[in-house]
Amino acid sequence: MSWRRAAYLLPLIAFAALAIYLSHGLAPGYNPELLPSALIDKPAPAFDLVGLKGEARLSNRAFADEIVFVNFFASWCVPCREESPVLMDLARRNVIVLYGIDYKDKPEDAEKFLQQYGDPYRRIGVDDSGRTAINFGVYGVPETYAIDRTGHIRWRHVGPLTADVVKKEIMPLLQELGAS
Amino acid sequence: MIRALIAAAILLGVAQAAFAVEPSEMLANPALEARAEAIGKQLRCLVCQNESIEDSGADLAHDLRVLIRERLKAGDSDAQAIKYVTDRYGDFVLLKPPVEPATYLLWFSPFVILAVGAAGAWFYLRRRPTPPDEPLDLNQRRQLERLLIDDQ
Amino acid sequence: MIIELGHFALILALAVALLQAGLTFTGAARNDLNLMAAGRLAAMAQFALIALAFATLVHAYFVSDFSVANVAENSSSAKPLLYKLTSVWGNHEGSMVLWVLILALYGAAIAWFGDAMPPRLCARVLGVKALIAIGFLLFILLTSNPFLRLSPAPEEGMGLNPILQDPGLAFHPPFLYLGYVGFSVAFAFAIAALIDGRVDAAWARWVRPWTLASWCCLTLGIAMGSWWAYYTLGWGGWWFWDPVENASLMPWLAGTALLHSAIVVERRDTLKSWTILLAILTFSLSLVGTFLVRSGVLTSVHAFALDPRRGVFILVLLCIAIGGSLALYAWRAPALEPGGVFAPISREGALLLNNLILASCCATVFIGTLYPLFLDAVGGPKLSVGYPFFDRTFVPLMIPLLLAVGIGPLLAWKRGDVLGALQRLWAAFAAVIAAILIAYYLSHGGPVLSVLGIGLAAWMGAAAVVELADRLRLFRAPWSEVVRRALAQPRASYGMTLAHFGLAVTVAGIAASGFEQQSIALLHLGQTLPVAGYTLRFDGIGKHDGVNYTADRGDFTLLDGTRVVAQLEPERRFFPLQQQTVSKTAIHTNFFADFYLALGDPDNKGGWAVRAYWKPLVPFIWIGGVIMAFGGGVSLSDRRWRVGVAVRRAAKSALPANRSRA
Repeated sequence: MSWRRAAYLLPLIAFAALAIYLSHGLAPGYNPELLPSALIDKPAPAFDLVGLKGEARLSNRAFADEIVFVNFFASWCVPCREESPVLMDLARRNVIVLYGIDYKDKPEDAEKFLQQYGDPYRRIGVDDSGRTAINFGVYGVPETYAIDRTGHIRWRHVGPLTADVVKKEIMPLLQELGAS
Repeated sequence: MIRALIAAAILLGVAQAAFAVEPSEMLANPALEARAEAIGKQLRCLVCQNESIEDSGADLAHDLRVLIRERLKAGDSDAQAIKYVTDRYGDFVLLKPPVEPATYLLWFSPFVILAVGAAGAWFYLRRRPTPPDEPLDLNQRRQLERLLIDDQ
Repeated sequence: MIIELGHFALILALAVALLQAGLTFTGAARNDLNLMAAGRLAAMAQFALIALAFATLVHAYFVSDFSVANVAENSSSAKPLLYKLTSVWGNHEGSMVLWVLILALYGAAIAWFGDAMPPRLCARVLGVKALIAIGFLLFILLTSNPFLRLSPAPEEGMGLNPILQDPGLAFHPPFLYLGYVGFSVAFAFAIAALIDGRVDAAWARWVRPWTLASWCCLTLGIAMGSWWAYYTLGWGGWWFWDPVENASLMPWLAGTALLHSAIVVERRDTLKSWTILLAILTFSLSLVGTFLVRSGVLTSVHAFALDPRRGVFILVLLCIAIGGSLALYAWRAPALEPGGVFAPISREGALLLNNLILASCCATVFIGTLYPLFLDAVGGPKLSVGYPFFDRTFVPLMIPLLLAVGIGPLLAWKRGDVLGALQRLWAAFAAVIAAILIAYYLSHGGPVLSVLGIGLAAWMGAAAVVELADRLRLFRAPWSEVVRRALAQPRASYGMTLAHFGLAVTVAGIAASGFEQQSIALLHLGQTLPVAGYTLRFDGIGKHDGVNYTADRGDFTLLDGTRVVAQLEPERRFFPLQQQTVSKTAIHTNFFADFYLALGDPDNKGGWAVRAYWKPLVPFIWIGGVIMAFGGGVSLSDRRWRVGVAVRRAAKSALPANRSRA
C-alpha cells in the first residue's frame, strides 16, 4: 500500500483510538470529577473542634495509634441519609473506629438527623466554618477518610459509602493497615 | 446538552443565588483585593460546572475566596496562596493545567497540528508543477481580472 | 390513549425508515426510478409519523397529563404555557424526539426538493439519512422512551428546572438541533459521493444550501445560548469553554470550514477528498457532542453514578456511523479524481488556509475538552482543562485567520496578487489606525490586547466593505455603472460580505470585554453607587411573585449626572417546588454597551449586595452572530442554487478560453 493510500486510513485509526478513550469514560468506576485526594500518604491535618451536644471536643490528638475513619456529613445532605444504614451497620459490628465531623450545619438539625437515622460515631466534631473540611480537601458531603496508626491519610471515599465499597475497599484496607 | 445544563443548574441553584464575590468578603486594600481576584480566577470551583471560585455562588467557592484573602492578608505571595489550595485539592483545582510532562501533549498539540496540517497542505500544493502560462501583458491581465470578478 | 398513538407512530416511523433505506439503496444500485421515487415518499412519511409522535408528546405537556412519566418528571400544572411547550425538549427523552424530528424534516425536505437532483444521488442521500434515523429511533425506543406511562399517576409533576424557564433558553435547543442535525445532510451527501465514486462541482452545489442552512441555525443557536448564559448567570460571562459549549462549537468550526472548502470544489473542482472528509467529520462532531453531553462522561454530581446504558448505545451508534463512514472514506477516497492546481497565493490558497486554521482550532478545542479523560485512561494525574488553556491556544490560532479574512476575498482564483490586494485595502489600514487611536483614547489607555482586538475587528469590517466597494467600482465608475453592478451581483456575494462583516462585529464585542468596569457594594435604601461615570441609586425593594415563584425585586435608577437613563429591576426568585433560588439580572442596553445589574444576598440589616457592570460593545457579540446568520440566509436565497447546474454550464461555454479550468 502506498503512503498515499495509508494516509487515508489515518482518520479511521484516530477515531478508533477516540472510541477506546470514550469507552473508558463509560466504565462504571469512572467519574470525571471524582478527585483523588491530594493528601494521600500525608499527615492528617490538625484540628480541634467543638463537640456536638455538649460532648467533649474532637481533635486529631484523640486518634492515638488506631486506624481511624473520619466521616464528613451534614443534616442537609441527601446522600448522607443513604449511607447512614451502612455506617450504622459498621458501628454495630464494631468493624471500624468512626468519628464524624458535622459540616456547616446547625447543631440542632444535626441532632435531629442523628435521632432519625442513628448515630454511628464514637464522637462528633462541629465544623461550623468549614475550614477543617478545606484542610482535608473536602469538596462536598459525604466524604470519608481513613487515617492510619501513624496519623497519615491513606484513603478517601467521595460520596456515600455502600456495602459494596465496604466489601471491596474498606475491608482490604483494614487488612493492609493491620487492624487490631 | 440539557441534562448537563440541568446538572449545572442544580449545582448553581443549591448554592444560593448565582452570584460571586460579596461586598462583605472584599478586602479593604484594593491592591490585595485585585490580587485575590486574579488568583480566584485561576481556581476552579469544584462543585460547579466549569466556573472559577470568583464567578461561582457556591458555598465552597465562597469559603475558598475568603481563604485566599486571608492568606494574602497574612503575607503569602500569589504562588504561596495558590499552593495552599493545591496542597489540599491537588492540581485539578487549577483551571490552567500546569505545563509538565503529563500535559506537553495538551499544550503543544495545537501548534503541532497546525504545523502538520501546513506541511500536508504544502505537499498537496507541490504535488504537480504549476503549468507554465504565457505571460500576459498588463492590459490582458487587467481584462482577465475584470472578467474573473464579474463572474462572481 | 393519545400518547400510545404517539408511541405507535414512532415505532411505525422506525419501520418506514427501514423501508426507506431498503428502497433507496436498492433503487440507486439498480437505477430503478420507481424504487427511488418510493424512497422519497417513505422519507416524507417518516417525517409525518415522527411529527405525529412529537405532537402527542406536546399535547401531553399542554394538558399536564402526569400519567406520562416524562411529563411528570419535567412539568407542573402551574407553569406558563410557553414553558410547558419548551419542557418537551428540556429533558433528555423529549429532546431526542426533537432530534429525530429535525432529522426527518431535513430528509423530507430533500425528498420534496429532490426533483432537480440526479435521482441516484438523491436516493443515496435519503438512504444514509434513513440509516441514521434507524439508529436514533432505536435509541429512543429502547433506552429513552418518553411515551411510557406512570402508574399510579401522580397528582402533580416535578416541574421544569427554574433556570430553564426562560424565553432565551427555551428556543436554544431547536436552533442547535437544526444546526447539528442539519449537518447530517452534508454527511449523507459525502457518503453518497463516496459510493458513487465521484465528486464534482455539481455535488458541491447541491451540498452548499443544506450546509449553509444548518450553519445559520447553529450560529443562531450558539449565539442564543451564549446570550442566555450572559443575562442569567449573574456576572456577565458569555463563554466558559465548558464541555457542553465546546460540543456545539466544534461542529460550528468544522461546518464553517466545510462551507468554505465546498466553494473550492464548486469553483475549481479541487480539494475534493478533503471536503468529503470534512463533511463526514462535521456531522461526526455533532454525534460525538451528543454522546459527550448525554453519556455522563463529562458531567458530575456528588452522588451515585448515571445510567451508562445510554452512553454505551450512543457509543455503538458512533462506531457504526463514524467508523463506517471513515472506513468507506479510506477505501473509496483515493479513487476520486484529483482536480485543478492552484498557486499557494490565490483565492483557493486563502480558503485552504481558512480550512487549515479552522481545523486546527477545532482539534484544539477537541483535545482540550477530552484531555482529562485521556489522561485518566492512560493512568495519568487528574487534571482539569479550563479557560486559560483555550485562551492561550485558540486565540493565537484564530488571529492569523481573522487577518486573512480581510485579504482572501480580494485574491483572484488560481493565482492571486497579495500586494495588489493590500494596495486596494489602503482604506482598511486607515480604518485600523483610526480604530486603535479611538479605542485607546476612549478607554483611557486600556489593555493592549483589547485595543489591538478593536483594530483587528476594524480591519475585518473595513476590508469587507472595501471588497464590496471594489467589486462595485465605487468612486471609480459612474453611478449608473455602480448601481448596475450592485443589482447584478449574485446574492451569495452579499451574503459573504455580510457574514464577514458580522464576524468583525463579533470580534469587536469580544475584544471590548477588556474595557469593562465593575462596582460591587452593599447598598441600603437611598444609597448610590458610582459605575463607569454613571450613578446607580437604590430606590426600593419589594416582593414580586410570579406564577410558580416568589421574588424580591429591587428598584434602581441609573443616572447620568441628573438625567435618568433607565429604571432597573433585578430580582432574586425562589421556586418553592424545586427549592431553588435563581437570580434575574436587569440589563439596560443601547446596543453599543450594556449596563448590567445583579441583586445579591441581603445582609438582613437592610443592606443588599449589588453588583453593577458597564460592558461596552458586548451586545456586538450577539448582533454579530445575527448578522452572520443573516448573511448566510442571504446567500441561501441566491437563485443560482435553485436553478441548478445546467444553467451554469450554458453560461460557462460562453466565456473566453483563458478562463476555463486547467
